[in-house]
Amino acid sequence: MARIGVFICHCGENISATVDCEKVAKVASEFPGVAVSVDYKYMCSDPGQNLVKEAIIEHKLTGVVVSACSPRMHEPTFRNACAEAGLNPFLCEMANIREHCSWVHEKGDATTQKAIDIVRTLVEKVKRNEALAPIYVPISKTAVVIGGGVAGIQAALDIADAGHKVVMVEREPSIGGHMSQLSETFPTLDCSQCILTPRMVDVARHPNITLYTYAEIESVDGSIGNFNVKIRLKSKSLDEKVCTGCGACIQKCPVKKIPSEFEQGLGMRTAIYVPFPQAVPNKPVIDRKNCTYYIKGKCKVCEIVCPTKAIRFDQEDSFVEVQAGALLLATGFDVLKTSAFPEYGYGKYKDVIDGLQFERLASASGPTKGEIRRPSDGQIPKKIVFIACAGSRDPAKGREYCSKICCMYTAKHAMLYKHKVHEGTPYIFYMDIRATGKMYEEFVRRAIEEDEVKYIRGRVSQVYEKNGKLIVRGVDTLLMGQPVEIEADMVVLATAGIANQGSEELAQKLHVSYDKHKFFSEAHPKLKPVETNTAGIFLAGACQSTKDIPETVAAASGAAAKVVGLFSNDMLKRDPLIAIVKKSPPPVYSSCTGCFMCIQVCPYQAIDKEEIKDRNGNIIKTISHINPGLCQGCGTCVAFCKSKSIDILGYNHDQVYAEVSALLNE
Amino acid sequence: METNNNNSFEPKVVAFVCNWCTYAGADLTGTSRIKYAPNVKIIRFPCTGRIDYMLLMKAFANGADGIIVSGCHPNDCHYTSGNFHARRRWMIFRNLCDFIGMDMNRVVFSWVSAAEGAKWAEIVNTTVDTIRQLGPATSFQKLIKNSVFEEVGNE
Repeated sequence: MARIGVFICHCGENISATVDCEKVAKVASEFPGVAVSVDYKYMCSDPGQNLVKEAIIEHKLTGVVVSACSPRMHEPTFRNACAEAGLNPFLCEMANIREHCSWVHEKGDATTQKAIDIVRTLVEKVKRNEALAPIYVPISKTAVVIGGGVAGIQAALDIADAGHKVVMVEREPSIGGHMSQLSETFPTLDCSQCILTPRMVDVARHPNITLYTYAEIESVDGSIGNFNVKIRLKSKSLDEKVCTGCGACIQKCPVKKIPSEFEQGLGMRTAIYVPFPQAVPNKPVIDRKNCTYYIKGKCKVCEIVCPTKAIRFDQEDSFVEVQAGALLLATGFDVLKTSAFPEYGYGKYKDVIDGLQFERLASASGPTKGEIRRPSDGQIPKKIVFIACAGSRDPAKGREYCSKICCMYTAKHAMLYKHKVHEGTPYIFYMDIRATGKMYEEFVRRAIEEDEVKYIRGRVSQVYEKNGKLIVRGVDTLLMGQPVEIEADMVVLATAGIANQGSEELAQKLHVSYDKHKFFSEAHPKLKPVETNTAGIFLAGACQSTKDIPETVAAASGAAAKVVGLFSNDMLKRDPLIAIVKKSPPPVYSSCTGCFMCIQVCPYQAIDKEEIKDRNGNIIKTISHINPGLCQGCGTCVAFCKSKSIDILGYNHDQVYAEVSALLNE
Repeated sequence: METNNNNSFEPKVVAFVCNWCTYAGADLTGTSRIKYAPNVKIIRFPCTGRIDYMLLMKAFANGADGIIVSGCHPNDCHYTSGNFHARRRWMIFRNLCDFIGMDMNRVVFSWVSAAEGAKWAEIVNTTVDTIRQLGPATSFQKLIKNSVFEEVGNE
């Protein structure tokens, strides 16, 4: 016989202002199976909780309904209180008469009646609740960091320094990401590589970090604590254990005119290459699309010159599987290419470049050894026009967001140009200057006042070539919209930061949500900025939205702290609200007919087949089996099961049918 | 809320919602103090994918005049694909309703995210208004009760 306790909260006046709480308590006391029904001003307060605890002991309650706020608010509070009084916490339910009743309806009988209906529904549900025990799953204390830019490097080092194993997966032949391409960094103008490359070496050397470069995520199964990550190691056509990184192959490779990705197409590389001299690991890979051997079937110069015989032309992609407790996404961003701008020449003018290309021109290790020279003829430009917000804040380009980093790097570019070409004039067309970081505004002022960068507030409508010059036509909105025409030698577009190529596929592999611009979504914009809505998968850096280096590093350390926090326990406690296949005594064993529809619909691959055998080992029946470690409790299989053989704890058939009946039968 | 001006019919609407989006969205309606008709009562499910459409039949059999099913927007499902499965079954359920002669305006399917408190209030109010005009669903109640739940037994 059920003995249910009903506890009606006034929530100060939040509920009692529109709901007659005394009446609800009185009516509820007459529901079948209700042993005690009381109302109280603040049920969540200490005396309120004690009221619940005492009633559980005094009336030997078999279930508790707390009618108060949303279960999303105080369900854990009251479940803990029940547990303290010796009642299984899963025998406690919340009836939401605040958010779903008192706050959204006017005072009156209809509102009180709705509260009564809600309480009755939950009383009927809780009568059918089962005592459940939380599930404990062991945690594999290895983190997989996807992406080896500054975010991934920072996060990996933080986690590894805390004593946990890290596997880093990088798509390119070297870690370093975009930061390794930058010349100098704002607002201090210190050299980017000087800060980053020691950290890259730390990653490679760290005993807790396993580094896989030229590798991609093939698939991810499992859930928080126990992900099974399959990594594809793309063939480098080379035995890394044998290769010493001497570089003889690179020098002799006959294919030398491949536009270098690292140099943003401004420099050339060979078919067997390392992306840049400071690469980690500093061992080459063969780009099979451009290698003569793979195209024509002969060449093998690299194999001949290799002193250690490390080249493996027949090497195939291989796979490694990693058991990981957490995943950290740090896949970074990309920039819109100049070809996206018909008004600025569709990318066909060689001297219209994007910000990342300018970084390479200004970099001491770049194609011009740090001299600012036009890509078309190698001349030193006398006038450069920088166009900010190229694509950003532009709904016509489908990107209404601010890319956040361009104001600062444009100021930096203009400054670097002025430092290198003293007689040159940098112009910046801008919409607004957004310099909100520490020392950022001062940096922009310095560009304007000390380096005499000419800021023009307005947009550029057109850039076209005429007599070897680029004519930039714009408008100065501070001069009442007066047209401006500048004969420039070079134009640099601060193109919008966009989600990295392949982020959509990766998000789908990982079941992580992403926004309409394909940036990964955080679990909560304010309170959970480094978590995704998939437990155990965390975010760091510009894969979430474009970020500058300090912000990226802060986010990476934040995400790493979350991973370390997760790994500080040996077991992960999970709610036992999962699906189960109902069993029955022999000879039936289970009503499951083995249609295995559930296997198809399960989003977590949590269902497999179970063979029921007799004593001699003969298979009597094959039925579904749900892995409690993988099941997340969505219940899709329950609704799909034709024979009603699967049920979900906490929302089982008895409970939900009783709820529907109770809700309507006043 | 005084809505009974000249007829005394108060529609009973049951809302089957998922825990992660619409339930939270309805919580937000409360937190934002947006008022809506008290005729709708919510039953919480982990996911719209869990909602067995026999439950909707059960609700009609027990006297509901209308039904709302609401979950996360496509691609926002907490369980990645539960809402897509719900939508597929929903299409079949609608065909069934159509076949037995039920007015399609009595069954509402929507996506309400955890940030769409105002949308939830709007959906509830329009649904209640529509059903108020349609009147009680008594004929379907008898039909469903006699045909579907005969052998299963009611309660």
